[in-house]
Amino acid sequence: MRDLGLRFVRHNLFWPTLALVLLLLLNLTKTPDFFSLRLQDGHLYGSLIDILRNSAPTLLIALGMTLVIATRGIDLSVGAVAAISGAVACTYMAGSPDESTAGRAVIGMTMAVAVAVLLGVWNGFLVSVLGIQPIIATLVLMTAGRGLAMLITDGQITTVNNSLFAKVSTGFVLGLPIAILIALAVFAITAVLTRRTALGMLIEAVGINPEASRLAGVRARTITWTVYVFVAFCAGIAGLMIASNTSAADANAAGLFIELDAILAVVIGGTSLAGGRFSLTGTLIGAMFIQTLATTIPTMGIPAETNYLFKAVVVIVVCLLQSPKARAVLSVRRSSPLLTKGSAA
Amino acid sequence: MIQMTAEAAEATRTEPVVQMSGVSVSFPGVKALQSVGLTLRPGEVHALMGENGAGKSTLIKALTGVYSIDEGTIIVGGEPRTFHSPAESQAAGISTVYQEVNLCTNLTVAENMLLGREPRSFGRIDTRAMNRRAGETLTRLGLDIDPKSQLGTHPIAIQQLVAIARAVDIDAELLILDEPTSSLDADEVAKLFEVMRTLRAEGVAIVFVSHFLEQVFAISDRMTVLRNGQFVGEYLTAETTQLQLVQAMIGRELETLEKIEQAAEEHTVKTQGAPLMEVIDLGRKGSVESVDLQLFEGEVIGIAGLLGSGRTELARLLFGADTPDHGDMRMRSKGTKLRTPRQAIDHKIAFSSENRRSEGVIADLSIADNMVLAMQASRGWLRPIPARTKDRLVRKYIEALDIRPADPNALMRNLSGGNQQKVLLARWLITEPELLILDEPTRGIDIGAKAQIQQLVADLSKDGMSVVFISAELEEVLRLSDRLVVMRDRRKIDERANEDVTVSDVLEIIAGEVRNDA
Ligand SMILES: Nc1ncnc2c1ncn2[C@@H]1O[C@H](COP(=O)(O)OP(=O)(O)OP(=O)(O)O)[C@@H](O)[C@H]1O
Ligand SMILES: [Mg+2]
Repeated sequence: MRDLGLRFVRHNLFWPTLALVLLLLLNLTKTPDFFSLRLQDGHLYGSLIDILRNSAPTLLIALGMTLVIATRGIDLSVGAVAAISGAVACTYMAGSPDESTAGRAVIGMTMAVAVAVLLGVWNGFLVSVLGIQPIIATLVLMTAGRGLAMLITDGQITTVNNSLFAKVSTGFVLGLPIAILIALAVFAITAVLTRRTALGMLIEAVGINPEASRLAGVRARTITWTVYVFVAFCAGIAGLMIASNTSAADANAAGLFIELDAILAVVIGGTSLAGGRFSLTGTLIGAMFIQTLATTIPTMGIPAETNYLFKAVVVIVVCLLQSPKARAVLSVRRSSPLLTKGSAA
Repeated sequence: MIQMTAEAAEATRTEPVVQMSGVSVSFPGVKALQSVGLTLRPGEVHALMGENGAGKSTLIKALTGVYSIDEGTIIVGGEPRTFHSPAESQAAGISTVYQEVNLCTNLTVAENMLLGREPRSFGRIDTRAMNRRAGETLTRLGLDIDPKSQLGTHPIAIQQLVAIARAVDIDAELLILDEPTSSLDADEVAKLFEVMRTLRAEGVAIVFVSHFLEQVFAISDRMTVLRNGQFVGEYLTAETTQLQLVQAMIGRELETLEKIEQAAEEHTVKTQGAPLMEVIDLGRKGSVESVDLQLFEGEVIGIAGLLGSGRTELARLLFGADTPDHGDMRMRSKGTKLRTPRQAIDHKIAFSSENRRSEGVIADLSIADNMVLAMQASRGWLRPIPARTKDRLVRKYIEALDIRPADPNALMRNLSGGNQQKVLLARWLITEPELLILDEPTRGIDIGAKAQIQQLVADLSKDGMSVVFISAELEEVLRLSDRLVVMRDRRKIDERANEDVTVSDVLEIIAGEVRNDA
């Protein structure tokens, strides 16, 4: 019995899930109908739905980021890529007389995602072919990207009037917001692609020991390159969601600091920044947690601006939970072999 | 006690430096040590013996504070002590070289040796003094390496020697060496033993772990044998025979020693028809100078040569791990260029690196994933190995190579060194190669398993597989190879059929060239 309990506590997703549940319960104390869902005109509404929908862009990017981090990399440029994606779509649509047609929206969005993928190819090239450290390589696009987005939008906030485009973020299908469905679809596809094929194992191998993987015949370079393209693809879609939400492309504000939220979501979900083993479900929970936190703070009557302060606390707690020393202190038995030895090895 | 030095004999009467008793250590699902004792006396070399996974490294780590113990007492210098970190034990005069050398490859040799104890002048690190001091210690070990060079540029054996030099340089009462000689040549071993003898005479207690029985009998005064995490006994080396030791280690009346001798094959020359692989004038600046070599089907080629002779470098060229600057390669008479390991694997070549930790082990993946990695990589990510096939292959090799724990899901990082080596061997056997390049495949492997692996190589070559076999242990090379290639100074200096060649012949070939040069 005790063993079962321990197994449960030691499960990788135990702490993130517990934190999310506690945070949700905290909301319940202030908002008694927090968990209630309403069906109105065939659309589901409620706080939980809002949280899910608002977390969609972060979740999307965090999924891609999980794979990048698993290869020991990081991508700081996702926010800028999201901004560029929104800028491309909106500028293309706004710049034509048939701005509001569905065809325009489809072409605009396709172009936007294509540009994002291209930027991912660039990042991947710098990291996997030229061997530049990921943090530096993606910093290039992080800083230059917003300038690029400004160039595309001519420094204006480009608004569009296109109902199909607006639907990406505000529309409903089968009673659920489209944004949620897209994010969950990408989650499912990523999960299938990594866990039903050998991709996940190969990504982890590259992240844990790149040289040993290369000598075992793993195409480490291709894999690394691919994950940067993938995260940019995710960022492109996230950028469309963000722009669609306001039907406008704001080169300065769109996706600002979203890379930090995405990284935080990954880390909360239990994927180590040192690379290797990753958990997509963990990332899903992490993204939920961050969005719930952002929702909870105003609900508790605390100014929303302090959001970052709370995130900082979360970061500290996560770091502590991952540190072997802190775990040893926290563990019930001081010399519990479960906690001290596994990490000391 | 006949062979014991006077100092050692006297020392037995003095207080032990370390006395461990009733020590138990367990990991989730594994009882690594059960009530084990170890007594270390000043001025004695104490060999810690046992099969792969017997618990030698764990016992050492329990002493030095890497692992915490569940039960038992550790008395150091007459007082009960529990170390909570390796740093604490080092401060208490215990200097340790762990089995998996863990130095900083991006620092210089000198920096590695004096890390944490850098000589300072006016508060700043005195690089000059540091290099000088490191140089002196290296010379003492007979090592001709530049203390200013970056550690990562040296082969694993040199890195191991640097780790030893670092440990020796620390003013310690107890020096622990966990398989320090696993990749060293006879010469380096001799120099190491010299230093160990000096330290012993100075009253230092030394723990020595090795799977080379001759070395153990040559250097140790006393031995403690472990089996399956349990204490078997403590013996005086002078009063013990090799057979008795092996029986204590294995726990059965086993003819292992004879088995090793039996692995000696009748060697046949198999150089008929077109070679499987042929290289002409193959070379790479700074690693190997133009080598001509032919490899035939079903043939075992042994590469002999001292440390730094270019044997590993040649293997890497044959596998495409490094790309040659010049020369041609033909596979089955077809011109071939190998630019990546992947291309080599597509040509059914396999290469097991001597550098287990950094070029083999994927520590955070399971035994199963580690085993199928090469096969999976060559199938491509879109075609995962079916779960049942994977399971069957993994179980087959766990059994065939007697890997412990026999749990496919155990994490590679939790395996003992020898068992990790076996998993890596399995990784390549699973790919069913036509040419298998083995660089120090028996490194850190116990005598029973070594005989088993040698037998395996002999069998595989009988079935038509070509094998390139590299080992610092010349006896092993001679026992297995049909043809012998001798390397020196990054060149191939001799090649001959392995007929009545002896170890001293090989040494003479190597030395003979020196005389010719002079
Ligand atoms: N961190 C760990 N977690 C779980 N099991 C471990 C861990 N470290 C060691 N073990 C297990 O403990 C046992 C003893 O391992 P140890 O490394 O001490 O063997 P060893 O005698 O040094 O063997 P070798 O000769 O191969 O180096 C093995 O079964 C090993 O799998
Ligand atoms: Mg060991």
